[in-house]
Amino acid sequence: MSLDVDFTLTLPGFRLEVRFIGTGGVTALFGRSGTGKTTLANVLAGHIRPDRGHIRLGERVLVDIEAGIFVPPHRRRIATVFQDGRLLPHLNVRANLLYGAWFNRAVDRQKLAEIVGLLGLEALLRRYPRHLSGGEKQRVAIGRALLAAPSLLVLDEPLASLDAARKAEILPYLETLRDRLNLPMIYVSHALDEVIRLADTLVLLEAGKVRAAGPIGEVMSRLDLGPGAGRADSGAVLAAAVETIDAGYGLATLVFPGGRMRVPADGLATGQTLRLHIPARDVAIARDRPEGLSILNALPVTIAEMTAVDAGAVELRLSLGPSLLVSRVTRLSAETLGLAPGQDVYALIKSIALDRAGGLI
Amino acid sequence: MLTPVEATALELSLRIGVWAVAGSLPAALALAYLLARGRFPGKALLAAFVNLPLVLPPVVTGYVLLLLFGRHGPIGAWLESWFGIVVAFRWTGAAIAAAVMGLPLTVRAIQLSLEAIEPGLEQAAAGLGAPPWAVFLTVTLPLALPGVLAGAFLGFAKSLGEFGATITFVSNIPGETQTLPIAIYSLLQVPGSDPAVLRLVLLSVAVSLGGVLAAELVAHRLKRRLAG
Repeated sequence: MSLDVDFTLTLPGFRLEVRFIGTGGVTALFGRSGTGKTTLANVLAGHIRPDRGHIRLGERVLVDIEAGIFVPPHRRRIATVFQDGRLLPHLNVRANLLYGAWFNRAVDRQKLAEIVGLLGLEALLRRYPRHLSGGEKQRVAIGRALLAAPSLLVLDEPLASLDAARKAEILPYLETLRDRLNLPMIYVSHALDEVIRLADTLVLLEAGKVRAAGPIGEVMSRLDLGPGAGRADSGAVLAAAVETIDAGYGLATLVFPGGRMRVPADGLATGQTLRLHIPARDVAIARDRPEGLSILNALPVTIAEMTAVDAGAVELRLSLGPSLLVSRVTRLSAETLGLAPGQDVYALIKSIALDRAGGLI
Repeated sequence: MLTPVEATALELSLRIGVWAVAGSLPAALALAYLLARGRFPGKALLAAFVNLPLVLPPVVTGYVLLLLFGRHGPIGAWLESWFGIVVAFRWTGAAIAAAVMGLPLTVRAIQLSLEAIEPGLEQAAAGLGAPPWAVFLTVTLPLALPGVLAGAFLGFAKSLGEFGATITFVSNIPGETQTLPIAIYSLLQVPGSDPAVLRLVLLSVAVSLGGVLAAELVAHRLKRRLAG
């Protein structure tokens, strides 16, 4: 189900101009604090009315200001998980979970057992929100949103108020939801690692405007997206699968569209799919196939694009079959090596981040 | 034990208090909701109007009630011709006076508790499919309940102490409009009735203290249950 968003909203001292299309799966709204991410989530949920434009979810028109259409929040079937959980304090966990079922006959109460199992909530059902930890509250909030049978799930910085351990507790559940439920999700975040782990589509917001939008691998490898994405974090995002495991050396071979890579095997299993983040600063360039080098992954690539990022550094977009890598080298190196678009070179990958707990992040 | 006069005054005071609260609570809830959530021109004026009985001399409030609800007043005449109800110089009139005098206190208590509700909770409920009336019944009202009950008890306690507006509006009729404070006032006019006055005063203090204590207890319990 696609989400088609195109609206303008003027608030005192702030203007939000948003246009993007989410094509199912997880769409991440990514940007720094104060770029309008939460306002955008509120517009989607129907708590704020935009000045002009439309919001369509699949076949349904939720907002079309010009045509005088504005569906109120309770008829949108967009459930939101907020940063602060917002569980109803006077109801226990079970009643919170079933709250949406009071108003929606389509909600199958049998589904309660399924969601409770999926999110590990069995032991919490009779407790009241004030007796839950932050991580538990968020799991209940996610379950409550799912049990309202939404056609879109909005997660508004759901991990932002949790510490690292609680984040690590929730993230696998979010991955499970993404992989098991056929439910489009909007994931609002300013944490790049979460976005890389979860998102299929990335919408990059900057000062109330969409700076870039598209498949995450595509947007992350673009060279012109400076401060919004955070320079130090720019890099490639690849979907890969574990092909074989060499137990003797403790290495796994990963296959992705256009090539293969070897990484430490700890915790990986053959056939497992995962996502790789390869930061631009961790990719070096060699003109010839390198010899006598400890780096395991040297991939033959073609320079697709070169951009000077500042006086001393150059970023390269490297194509490898259908996949893209990004490399950041000094301008001196680029000139010494005589690098130019169209040239065939080798990408030397120093480190790889895997998108799973206990991986290489 | 209580003398028949004391028992009558006590029963009348309690009956008037209960009816004043029961009758004014829906209106107080609506007014508090308007003042807490509404955005409309004249909101400040409405707030001032609701609080007027708090600052007006009670005798003025009583006189205004007499003008409006008297048998020839616009509301009084209407009540009599349509429903055959007469409130002037009846205990029902005393209940109206008590309700009007207690309204500012009740509205204030409810309004404060409505304003303390995190708006995000109501938005979350709407996002889960709850229409506005359901949000009000399942989220707003339960969370405001400590304030509603505290307001009701305050209004009740206020009605037990109401004197000026009541005696102006419905006069001093034993068994009909002679509440505890009016009974005390009447006895004070009679020389040598000090022991009887003291008994009524103690009775009045006990009843009022009970009401205020009950309000505190209920509010405290509910707050603890709703916390966090």
